[in-house]
Amino acid sequence: MLGEGIAKGLVETARNFFGSYFTKDRLTTVQYPEERLPQFEAARNFPFLVYDGGDWQAGLRCVGCQICEKECPPKCIYIEKSKDKKPDAVGKLQFYPAVFNIDVSVCMSCQICVEVCPFEAIKMDTEFELSTDDRFGGLLWDKAQLAKSNEHYRKIHPTEAAEVDARLAEEKAKVDAKVKAAAENKTTPTSPGAVQPGSGASSTQ
Amino acid sequence: MVETADQLFVILQHWLVGHAPASLRSILSVLLPVIAILVVFGLLFAITTILERKGLGRIQNRYGPNRTGPFGVLQPIADAIKSLTKEDVVPQAADKIVHFLAPVVLVLAAFSIYAVMPVGRNMVLANLDAGVLYFFAVSSVMELTIFMAGWSSRNKYSLLGAMRAIAQMISYEVPLILASITVIMAAGSMSTVTIVEKQAGFTGILPHWFVFTPWGFAGFILFMIAATAESNRSPFDLPEGESEIIAGYYIEYSGFKFALFFLGEYLGMFAISGLGITLFLGGWSAPLSFLTWLPSYLWFFAKLLAMIVVFIWIRGTLPRMRTDQLMNFAWKFMLPMTLLNLVTAGVWRFLPGGLLRWLVCSFLVVVPYVLLGRGLMQGWKLEKRVYRFAE
Repeated sequence: MLGEGIAKGLVETARNFFGSYFTKDRLTTVQYPEERLPQFEAARNFPFLVYDGGDWQAGLRCVGCQICEKECPPKCIYIEKSKDKKPDAVGKLQFYPAVFNIDVSVCMSCQICVEVCPFEAIKMDTEFELSTDDRFGGLLWDKAQLAKSNEHYRKIHPTEAAEVDARLAEEKAKVDAKVKAAAENKTTPTSPGAVQPGSGASSTQ
Repeated sequence: MVETADQLFVILQHWLVGHAPASLRSILSVLLPVIAILVVFGLLFAITTILERKGLGRIQNRYGPNRTGPFGVLQPIADAIKSLTKEDVVPQAADKIVHFLAPVVLVLAAFSIYAVMPVGRNMVLANLDAGVLYFFAVSSVMELTIFMAGWSSRNKYSLLGAMRAIAQMISYEVPLILASITVIMAAGSMSTVTIVEKQAGFTGILPHWFVFTPWGFAGFILFMIAATAESNRSPFDLPEGESEIIAGYYIEYSGFKFALFFLGEYLGMFAISGLGITLFLGGWSAPLSFLTWLPSYLWFFAKLLAMIVVFIWIRGTLPRMRTDQLMNFAWKFMLPMTLLNLVTAGVWRFLPGGLLRWLVCSFLVVVPYVLLGRGLMQGWKLEKRVYRFAE
């Protein structure tokens, strides 16, 4: 009969209305700032620079190769390569980024910078509350703001970080073995330096 | 004591007017009720917006606004401040004067409807002999303002919305008026005050409301369906149709003019609910004889709030209709039903009271309803929709 469906619908909405006061499970809304849903492990929002050890300036993995700057589709990364070399976490002499800026407002969270980085130096963070009342300065993050420890990386993406750590350890072991072999063969003292470009190439695979 | 509480505002008005200088008295006696109407229905608008948002939220298993003040009750104030401080954008190609006038005239018309609304015993601004006629005359000004808004904006969507609104409102004004004519026939008067007084008596504990007769019940339902369409509310919200034509006729309005449109729309809804209450639900009279000690205006506003709740409930339940469904429903169902209802009301008037009258009139209401409903639903079956090109 005409109107039957309307009556059924009215009953259903009334049930929803009163049910939402009694059954908390019905309410799907999360009251965001006070309560929040756990993030997925694969969540990503904005890149950060990984550093090893306690000092971010010394431990930064980035060597200022500028691949990410060239690959970034919206061109939100700005890097100035250093003129001199500084010892990195393992004590090897490397270039370092004198300036490393990423514009939060331009970044589109595509993760391409992470994929092209041969040094596992840039990773995606899950932090998403990046709003600020300073439109220009507040949204342009420099090296100091971008640098986050490897422990932080392990915390936000445990599986991925474990893989990365294993790969880096493997490479390091390979390099160490080569250095050892070279030392045993009593070759010229310049050979450890000659190994280095090889280790860089192997890590791009 | 009960009498004083009932006539509190009337006494207050007389007292205030009595203390004014003689030259101001005539103006003041009109001005005071006008101010009261502006304040009371303005506040009711604020309450309704929060009620509606909370209610719709709960119907959809959400909380609704709960950030501004305790349980979000201060939301209307925040909304008011927001709309007042927003930029008022007028399209360059718009007809500036008409564009400005549309919301103003809408709110003016919406407020002037309340002149004939008896909100309590002796509480009516103007007891016109043709009160119901006045109501419909003023409410058609509201249709005009909607077309003014749609036309002057120079926007495709607003024009589409305005055309839809005009088509819908003209179609549904016919059953709306025909449904109220039954009451005018029964009461023998077009004065809203007289209509309420005719329903004020009691048999036992039950009131003499027109809704408790077969023709009155059918008339009330038909009236409320037409009223929903007249006030452009879901499921008859085609003129606004957010998902199709964005906001329809008020797409080019921003800031306070938009708020005025909102206000006008809600005031129209209250007004038409108020008329429904006056015509069918006994106006300010109590629903049961032993409840008459409560002041009459409280009963009116309780009924008005109940009607608003029903409007919100309906809005939370039904999806928007299609234009052809809308027109079919108006001309193939509403119009015949209201016309037959006129006959039923006449039969009720001339048959002697008793069981026979009830049986005959119920028959006259139910049978056409079932038959017309069956006719409307013929060839109307739910099935999975097949897309010719999209798959």
